[in-house]
Amino acid sequence: MASTMLSVASASLSASLSPLENLKGKLKVGSAGLSFNKAKGNPFINTKSFCRISMVAAVNASRFESVTMAPPDPILGVSEAFRADTHESKLNLGVGAYRTEELQPYVLDVVKKAENLMVERGENKEYLPIEGLAAFNKVTAELLFGADNPVIKQQRVATVQGLSGTGSLRLAAALIERYFPGTKVLISSPTWGNHKNIFNDSRVPWSEYRYYDPKTVGLDFEGMVADIKAAPEGSFVLLHGCAHNPTGIDPTPEQWEKIANVIQAKSHIPFFDVAYQGFASGSLDADAASVRLFAARGMELLVAQSYSKNLGLYAERIGAINVVCSSADAAARVKSQLKRLARPMYSNPPIHGARIVANVVGDPALFNEWKAEMEMMAGRIKNVRQKLYDSLSAKDKSGKDWSFILKQIGMFSFTGLNIDQSANMTSKWHVYMTKDGRISLAGLSLAKCDYLADAIVDSFHNVS
Amino acid sequence: MRPQVTSTEAHCIGTPRAFSSSTDRRLNTLVRHLIAPSLLLDSQIRNDTMSASPTSGFHADSVFAHIDRAPEDPILGVTVAYNKDPSPIKLNLGVGAYRTEEGKPLVLNVVRQAEQQLVNDRSRVKEYLPIVGLADFNKLSAKLILGADSPAVQENRVTTVQCLSGTGSLRVGGEFLARHYHQRTIYIPLPTWGNHPKVFTLAGLSVKTYRYYDPATRGLNFQGLLEDLGSAPSGAIVLLHACAHNPTGVDPTIQQWEQIRQLMRSKSLLPFFDSAYQGFASGSLDADAQPVRMFVADGGECLVAQSYAKNMGLYGERVGALSIVCKTADVASRVESQLKLVIRPMYSNPPIHGASIVATILKDRDMYNEWTIELKAMADRIISMRQKLFDALRARGTPGDWSHIIKQIGMFTFTGLNSEQVAFMTKEYHIYMTSDGRISMAGLSSKTVPHLADAIHAAVTRVV
Repeated sequence: MASTMLSVASASLSASLSPLENLKGKLKVGSAGLSFNKAKGNPFINTKSFCRISMVAAVNASRFESVTMAPPDPILGVSEAFRADTHESKLNLGVGAYRTEELQPYVLDVVKKAENLMVERGENKEYLPIEGLAAFNKVTAELLFGADNPVIKQQRVATVQGLSGTGSLRLAAALIERYFPGTKVLISSPTWGNHKNIFNDSRVPWSEYRYYDPKTVGLDFEGMVADIKAAPEGSFVLLHGCAHNPTGIDPTPEQWEKIANVIQAKSHIPFFDVAYQGFASGSLDADAASVRLFAARGMELLVAQSYSKNLGLYAERIGAINVVCSSADAAARVKSQLKRLARPMYSNPPIHGARIVANVVGDPALFNEWKAEMEMMAGRIKNVRQKLYDSLSAKDKSGKDWSFILKQIGMFSFTGLNIDQSANMTSKWHVYMTKDGRISLAGLSLAKCDYLADAIVDSFHNVS
Repeated sequence: MRPQVTSTEAHCIGTPRAFSSSTDRRLNTLVRHLIAPSLLLDSQIRNDTMSASPTSGFHADSVFAHIDRAPEDPILGVTVAYNKDPSPIKLNLGVGAYRTEEGKPLVLNVVRQAEQQLVNDRSRVKEYLPIVGLADFNKLSAKLILGADSPAVQENRVTTVQCLSGTGSLRVGGEFLARHYHQRTIYIPLPTWGNHPKVFTLAGLSVKTYRYYDPATRGLNFQGLLEDLGSAPSGAIVLLHACAHNPTGVDPTIQQWEQIRQLMRSKSLLPFFDSAYQGFASGSLDADAQPVRMFVADGGECLVAQSYAKNMGLYGERVGALSIVCKTADVASRVESQLKLVIRPMYSNPPIHGASIVATILKDRDMYNEWTIELKAMADRIISMRQKLFDALRARGTPGDWSHIIKQIGMFTFTGLNSEQVAFMTKEYHIYMTSDGRISMAGLSSKTVPHLADAIHAAVTRVV
């Protein structure tokens, strides 16, 4: 249909070629058989070399011949593989996208309401400023720090709308590369797979701090603190604000205090990735506690936010980078430089998702409705964790302690399965997950917990 | 897995390279430790809940102290300045955003229709798009620019990825070339859109220029162009404005394009088209795509960055596409896989809303036709503004030849006014435009043409 319609258009519009009209009839639209007026001895067109050139153009190899096929993305590639699988019991526990109990994607009611409002209002589609929608920037900082927070009241936060979490992290990385050249970012081992790519592409050096302890399937707190202490002074420390991805293991409040102590002692700069505010515990404020703890100490810090999960706005790419500075003047300067980095990347951010967030968070009724929907989503995941734990405990006769499933928080569970065991999950059981052993509980229904438990028990005990 | 930091290229134009900043910070930190040695005690770190008060000397000096305030973006900054001006007769001829005869932003009817359709569709979800974006959108975009019956499309030799409008497409294309193409120099016309050099420099390419605009004729310096491209190293990348050159409005004729094509193919120069005005320049989508299609028709390779910001009025939605036309389908597929590796660490996947609007319109015969009509109306209004301004200057007897106003094409006119004259027009007549003398015709109306003509007349006669 597209091709019919486009050629209809070209037939009717070819009559109105204006500045190019002098060539009408001599140039065939879209056809490979171009014929040019060779007869008039135009000194600028050498017909012999034209033929030679077009032959040479056809015979030359591609300039991109040496480009190799890149492997599929380890996380997003899982969904591609899942879609290709025709097995009836297949289960997609790869990417962290929330599913209902019926394993359907979920668009929040408040989002639908906001979009309807937006269409009714018929707002324009003008370019946003480079830093994004002002109304969005205001509500997003308030949501994160609390509207009464001194950092907000004193205008010490530079907030720039970014392309969800990834884009916000990328802007921050670009800032680090430009203004803190050579300074490392410490990232947890393990961490979200894309963190390393972001820092590599931004040419920001990174090193890892111990985080996950496979023996306890918990936090290696001593290792974490030791590695942060050992790093060169003034390093950036990437911290997951809540619901650590991929492990689901978060520090306790007491542990956060100690982490803050060592970071302050080494003059490190905390860099939070907050992709699950509200999604982890169900409470927006509780999930922001770690960030607020650091801010309350007067520390300067960075926070990347995403609304992909908590507002289900995955494809709209809406998030923000916040930089808390020691003064309003510093915040203004930092913001201006973040803009300078965004402009040659995409000029200004997309408007649609920003308006949805601004409408939902800025309207008390919609905001309350949102909180209820978020509690519901977080609640479903907690229920699924419980059911999975119960199924595993019932099916696994080895006495292995599966309680880490209940202790972990957020969308993901780090099962402790290794690469081969994870591969078995997929090849034998058609359960799709990332090869680090991470499963997305958001993609699990109560109904499938038994099946999954069978798969996990089998993979854990029968594959090494 | 620790990447070494390579010495970073000085790829930020005009930025103070604070190479010693981390040293400075380390010295500062050391000094702080000498003043407060107790902070180093392990016992304190482990046991105490240490919080520095915001007024303590601990963070009195910000880690961002060395970050300067960036100036406003020269183009987008014009709107910032315009918004601040309280004068009732102010005129914004800065950024290239279409305005109606009433001076209002325009959302096309067909866009509103498409949006209503999308909102009404209960089955729509907001799941992550693939890294390369919305498949329909990509196919339709390729057909739009290359032609419905383009052999390159039919032979699967084109990879098209959805990107963030024109800027995002240029950046992703530039990053790909910097990583995979053997020649890392890109030649851009003099002058060109202000953001071009920044985009390509940050992408990792080195930027050179070729002569383009001739101030004496206010037209194309064709000999200079041929000489400069002729002396470029074999294989170099060349940025070409597909139509409606920004900022000059000066386009090569079809014969000139053919010569450029021959020259480029003979030197294996790689064309990188920036197509931001297809349909907007002449009013005809096919006519405006001719230069691109000529290059594709000879079987050679090229890159094309497309934007829907202007021709569909989707500015703030950030919709665009990067197409890479390759020799073979196999190469195209490998190239696509590598484009994904550029995109994933930048923003993971593109925003869905704008692309959905475009796809909805392009695939529906009636909506597509309506679009072409609305598009032609916008182009025609601009052409009529050109005529009116030209007539108004002639009526005032303004010294100089102003015929370039009606010869130039597209949204912009390169008036030939110098920066002093521009500053005068802003100060005395509240006319906002970029200091290179570029005016956006889209921002003019029959009512405001006289005011602009008065301003130009005054500037030309009173300021030299």
